[in-house]
Amino acid sequence: MSAARPAFSSALAHALKDALIAGIVAFGLFILLLGFLTDDQRGPLRLLSRPVLLASAVGIVFAGRFIVSVIYHYAAALRYWLALIWSMVCGAAIKFKWPLLAIMLIFAVIRIYYAPQTWPLTAVAVATVFIAVRFGLSAAFLMLAVLFPVAFYDNPYFLGIAIIALTYIMLGWGLNIVVGLAGLLDLGYVAFYAVGAYSYAIIAQTYGWSFWVCLPLAGLFAAFFGILLGFPVLRLRGDYLAIVTLAFGEIVRIVLLNWVTFTNGPNGIGSIPRASFFGIPFTAGDDGFAARFGLEFDPTHRTVFLFYVILALALLTNWVTIRLRKLPVGRAWEALREDEIAVRSLGINPTNTKLTAFAIGAMFGGFAGAFFATRQGFISPDSFTFPESALILAIVVLGGMGSQLGVAIAAIVVTASFELFREFEQFRLVIFGFGMVVIMVWRPRGLVSTRDPTAYLKERKTISVEHVAEGRG
Amino acid sequence: MSEPLLSIKGVSAYYGSIAALKGIDVEVMPGEIVTIIGANGAGKSTLMMTICGNPQARKGSIVFEGRDITHLPTYQIMRMKIAQSPEGRRIFPRMTVFENLQMGAATAEGGDFKSDLARVYSLFPILEQRSSQRGGTLSGGEQQMLSIGRALMSRPRLLLLDEPSLGLAPLIVRQIFTAIRELNQQEKLTIFLVEQNAFHALKLAHRGYVMVNGKIAMAGTGKELLEKPEVRSAYLEGGR
Repeated sequence: MSAARPAFSSALAHALKDALIAGIVAFGLFILLLGFLTDDQRGPLRLLSRPVLLASAVGIVFAGRFIVSVIYHYAAALRYWLALIWSMVCGAAIKFKWPLLAIMLIFAVIRIYYAPQTWPLTAVAVATVFIAVRFGLSAAFLMLAVLFPVAFYDNPYFLGIAIIALTYIMLGWGLNIVVGLAGLLDLGYVAFYAVGAYSYAIIAQTYGWSFWVCLPLAGLFAAFFGILLGFPVLRLRGDYLAIVTLAFGEIVRIVLLNWVTFTNGPNGIGSIPRASFFGIPFTAGDDGFAARFGLEFDPTHRTVFLFYVILALALLTNWVTIRLRKLPVGRAWEALREDEIAVRSLGINPTNTKLTAFAIGAMFGGFAGAFFATRQGFISPDSFTFPESALILAIVVLGGMGSQLGVAIAAIVVTASFELFREFEQFRLVIFGFGMVVIMVWRPRGLVSTRDPTAYLKERKTISVEHVAEGRG
Repeated sequence: MSEPLLSIKGVSAYYGSIAALKGIDVEVMPGEIVTIIGANGAGKSTLMMTICGNPQARKGSIVFEGRDITHLPTYQIMRMKIAQSPEGRRIFPRMTVFENLQMGAATAEGGDFKSDLARVYSLFPILEQRSSQRGGTLSGGEQQMLSIGRALMSRPRLLLLDEPSLGLAPLIVRQIFTAIRELNQQEKLTIFLVEQNAFHALKLAHRGYVMVNGKIAMAGTGKELLEKPEVRSAYLEGGR
């Protein structure tokens, strides 16, 4: 993105120069045509000057030329960027794989030639498209995620947004177990996020244990709360379940708000211990990360570290979910979503099935909460309100219930659009709502609405026809 | 005579305060096909559901393999070598045929999944062709076969079939009834069949019961019932 700004500002400079030239030409033309007027009506011939008219005419030409030029140059810059984005999207599409990659490469060469400082970004973009073409969209996402700090090392703002996006991806994947797989509508998921965050904060502050010890504990506490919530709601389905989970989310928040001696109430908990690199803190001191590894101190080190921590946690969530879907318990979740009566008639205990879904979903929420606490260093009940639950649920629904890739895309789109429309302030939510409506009209079952089967017969594992046809068997 | 596999004694079941079953007595011997026929709303499906514990019988007892299952929760009953192909089939529409069959084997103890699968596929070859297709995309007849196949995956001793012919073309109905007969004759599987299609059901069954308004009105062998004028006029000729 760093290259976009020079391109845009140079477009402005260009336009200004253009407009200035046009203005001078206009002045030269109009000074005699409009600027002066001969008047012979009353008495002798007189020369009148009309500076205001002249100024406005020149002004109109100047502004007009400026706008046209800006549009022209912006359009060039925009076209370039659109082409890049477009090619990335299309690169992953099945049709024009290799030619598109070639076009990408040409773009990349041009780009590095004109803006050499952007080479990491360009290289990552090309590599991503290559992976997308060769190994599919999921692999490309993974690769992009892993290389993200390389491409944007000099842009802490972007890294920060990426960390937030990954947190939402993780929360989305966690909630996806409950809502997407087991089909239990949970409007209070943020409660587990809060439990994770508070248990991390309190344990870390009270006992001084490290992040890596507190993290599993936070997950366990959240899972315990998941079971706690699970018990009263087992008999409920659909709307009734949604209401009870909503209430549960509020109960947790209100308890956090009012149990002042334990949670410090509305003031929140501050100076939560930061995550360290396996015991080495990210400080400027002699025993800090930079000094130990012989690097120059840079606050970005911590950001990059946090990025990889949340990436690892999110991938763990994804991996566990994928594994669970292939195990009887995961299969039972999906069957439960489809038809609870049929599940019971097959001898599966629906109570236990629901409880495991709640507990495991909650556990990942708790992990994400612990990460949130250590990243922010400060937590208060304000971070765990109902809109947060609604947002996570929206991510799951937009992504396509049960689809891992869809949820990831939705989380990125939602976080990115919140950043993109930051200047619209309170109207952001209007835009967000509009976007939701558009997606629900356009893709009522979410961005990725197909469900991948988790089991195949051995014979079906042979290469499918479309691959054979492309000679890549 | 040997012990009945399933014996239902004086069972009454209620939906709220309305009695759906009023003192039902039914026995199913090992290796038999027993059918319940009757008009809509006679309580046939309720009887089937009551065996499965949903709703549970308020009076009377249900004994399976010598064990009283009257007050067990559904999922425990279904773990006891009883399998059901429920009314309306209730397959998992977004899961593939293969996954549906896997779900059926969820409680199969000590079974060999592969041989169970092969058995279902040989019984209903179409399912093998459709194995990676989503359940919801199957035709009605195929879904019914899948539902029966799924029930068989748990290696039951007693198979409960609730209206397997519902909404199916005559040719498919014949195919399914042939499969049921095969299961009974070759594997000595005991089958308890609830049917509206009285003619087919009585021809297939060893014994039958006629249900009217939550009570057993008549009982006898399939042949006897087929020949009874009351049965003929009420369930066979009238409907043809």
